[in-house]
Amino acid sequence: MELKEKLVSSFLAFENKGNIDLDSTVHAIRLKAIHNFEKEGFPTKRDEEWKYTSLNPLLKNDYSLFPNAEKSVGFKNVKDYLINEIESYTLIFIDGVFSSFLSETTHENCDVCVLSSALARPKYKMIIDNYFNTIANKNSSLAELNTAFVKEGAFINIPKNTIVPKPIQIINFSTGSEKEVLLQPRNLVVVGENSYVQIIERHQNLSKNTTLTNSVTEIFVHKRAIVDYYKIQNDTNESSLIDSTFISQKQQSVASVNTFSFGGKITRNNLEFYHEGEHITSNLNGISILNEKQHVDNHTLVDHKSPNCESHELYKGIYADKSVGVFNGKVIVRQAAQKTNAFQQNNSILIDDGATINSKPQLEIFADDVKCSHGCTIGQLDESALFYMQSRGIPVKEAKALLLYAFGNDVVEKIKIPQLKTLISKLIAKKLNVQLGFEL
Amino acid sequence: MGKFTEDDLKKELETKEYEYGFYTDIESDKFPVGLNEDVVIAISKKKNEPAWMTEWRLDAFRIWKEMTEPEWANVRYTKPSFQDISYYSAPKTKKKLDSLDEVDPELLKTFEKLGISIGEQKRLSNVAVDIVMDSVSVATTFKKTLNERGIIFCPISEAIQNHPELVKKYMGSIVPKTDNFYAALNSAVFSDGSFCYIPKGVTCPMELSTYFRINEGGTGQFERTLLIADEGSYVSYLEGCTAPARDENQLHAAVVELIALDDAEIKYSTVQNWFPGDKEGKGGVYNFVTKRGLCEKNAKISWTQVETGSAITWKYPSCILKGDNSVGEFYSIAVTNNFQQADTGTKMIHLGNNTKSTIISKGISAGHSHNSYRGLVQISPRANNARNFSQCDSLLMGDKCGAHTFPYIEVKNKSAQIEHEATTSKIGEDQLFYCNQRGINTEKAIALIVNGFGKEVLNKLPMEFAVEAQKLLEISLEGSVG
Repeated sequence: MELKEKLVSSFLAFENKGNIDLDSTVHAIRLKAIHNFEKEGFPTKRDEEWKYTSLNPLLKNDYSLFPNAEKSVGFKNVKDYLINEIESYTLIFIDGVFSSFLSETTHENCDVCVLSSALARPKYKMIIDNYFNTIANKNSSLAELNTAFVKEGAFINIPKNTIVPKPIQIINFSTGSEKEVLLQPRNLVVVGENSYVQIIERHQNLSKNTTLTNSVTEIFVHKRAIVDYYKIQNDTNESSLIDSTFISQKQQSVASVNTFSFGGKITRNNLEFYHEGEHITSNLNGISILNEKQHVDNHTLVDHKSPNCESHELYKGIYADKSVGVFNGKVIVRQAAQKTNAFQQNNSILIDDGATINSKPQLEIFADDVKCSHGCTIGQLDESALFYMQSRGIPVKEAKALLLYAFGNDVVEKIKIPQLKTLISKLIAKKLNVQLGFEL
Repeated sequence: MGKFTEDDLKKELETKEYEYGFYTDIESDKFPVGLNEDVVIAISKKKNEPAWMTEWRLDAFRIWKEMTEPEWANVRYTKPSFQDISYYSAPKTKKKLDSLDEVDPELLKTFEKLGISIGEQKRLSNVAVDIVMDSVSVATTFKKTLNERGIIFCPISEAIQNHPELVKKYMGSIVPKTDNFYAALNSAVFSDGSFCYIPKGVTCPMELSTYFRINEGGTGQFERTLLIADEGSYVSYLEGCTAPARDENQLHAAVVELIALDDAEIKYSTVQNWFPGDKEGKGGVYNFVTKRGLCEKNAKISWTQVETGSAITWKYPSCILKGDNSVGEFYSIAVTNNFQQADTGTKMIHLGNNTKSTIISKGISAGHSHNSYRGLVQISPRANNARNFSQCDSLLMGDKCGAHTFPYIEVKNKSAQIEHEATTSKIGEDQLFYCNQRGINTEKAIALIVNGFGKEVLNKLPMEFAVEAQKLLEISLEGSVG
């Protein structure tokens, strides 16, 4: 049976299992979503937005939709994937199920807990009704698929005037209890006025079995709030990730999303920013370092609707072996959005002949008093710089790695959590397969 | 004189009539509307074409019937009904012409009005002109001079009769019948166009030029240009286009094929000024053109275009850089005003080693118009040391227009070096103020700034046309700052 049919036909079973209240708004949302998905199906390469990424290699697997046999996972299994040097709130999900044993949640000052309880408890009904599934793109069949099977994920609610004292880590593990598993985590983040939060999200496969994750995150950033969001994508070659993140910003807020893609079979990042007020700043940064047959597709959209806003986009890519990199950045400046500054940059280096980069930086501009630009370069390492380093006794391999490291450094420098910066530096060094010889 | 305000300018511009919107009263021989195999055969018969050509057309027609109109372009329009168009219209007073003196005086008057007085050009600018009016070539000047060097420059209908070996070999080799909807349509019904062959090692001594004009109402113009530059030759070619003002939309679907063999160089310039529709967006020409060139070893193709007319423009002059060390260039200024929509750009396909391409695209949108750049740079896995530089800048005038960029960059070779940059801005108030302060009125200042904005492209035009193009820019844009 094809995956689409399988998903559609198991929808009823899924709802029954969860003892869903048929009168609830969530049920109505789910029902509508599954209908939309059934109508649209999975996107194909004929779809302009999916021109360079084919999902076909992922769809032929016979995924288990409701993994139940949970293997026992202890702290020692997962600690390598956490940033342990800092105090943090942690939300850990094992095969889509929340692990209270490994996690550290809170309800003091702010809510850092799980979506299933937020959906169930009347206390959070207002928030769910106001925010849940309001900005997830209804035209994206994959986001609709996630909505149809929404069950578990992170729920983060930061009230007004709150600075969250420690970063929040959201980590989704898959254990390989089933041969092939499809996970659909759903996160909801609401950040109140004048508040500040840092979030780190990671997906990790603990086994060699196939995993496909279709994740959706909705983030609401209210007036003058600041959100720093980091995505670490360094999964095994059997794991694929489709990540859709939707961000709605109110006036004078600042939202930054940093994406670090070093692993996984196929990774697709849909990142969409919607502006709902003036003087908003959006930052989108990313590094992709790929080898073997890895495929990363960064799809971004910044929708400028109001005047005096800014967006800064910087994506860097280093592609080796037979890897494929895709960048599709779209900036829309609507008629009302005068005095917008929108900058978009995509720099790539191809290391090997088998590697491919497809870049499509798009601008759609309807307002005249704006400053918008995009730049895109594809090139090689500077021969003279390499020679200079070699002439001073640095072996060619290290010299190359240093130059590549420097190439990606301006994105690394934007990380505001020092321990995370160290981790990313280490990951980059490991990926480039060298000892950099210095700690950061 | 009181201060000439921007509002005045706007008004003046809006009320400005299309300068080339006149209709010449020449009796023409026109087919009834509609398209079927009989019409295709009739066109072919009218042209006394050999059987292989008729077959070629019919084949294209069958392909076209299976195709659907493309939807992907960033333009919105009511689709032309292909059964309401007359596919052949020729000025009736057609006979064999040896010199200009035999041309219908009424026709000559038309050209004079167009500002391309052939006589004058013949004397002054040393340009050989082939004029295509309602799809039929009416006059080719300078035939003798060209013949002496072995250059063939004639209507394509003549080439089919006299040089079938060249036409057979090259027609459809760059833009196949199956290429796209409009190319297939053109292949089936093209009525005339220009054919040019430059022999080995010959540098064409003058600019070659074709002038296109749609005169008759309810007709479509489907011309086909085939330009072959044999080894080591050079040619510079210019085409210009106008159409009278009409309420209904006229269709123009042309195909241009360029072949630059080893070491050859082709410079192809276009000044397109089809009727853009009136200020309510009524009427205007639909310009759906397929232009493509092939570069063999060390060859160079350079496209330069100034696009100011047409209600809808859908045009991507492209280069296939097949030979090693070949060079492709694309310089474009596209100006849209009122309700015009343009979706234009280029494709640079790098197949050979050490191939280079340059793309400079300047878009200017005013009024309610939309201007899109859509370009593809593709480096194939075997194209070592490919180099591309692209720059697309947009200038917006007023807050009701749009500027869009859709660049596609696909690289499969590690030695490629690609740079792409795009900017969007408006005319700086400080720049305007600076000019005003020195006694240059706003209208002149805008013309000055726009000309400066487009200078990189205007510089690439042949001398004689650079002036005309600059004037066109001013006419299309003057004072559209809102």
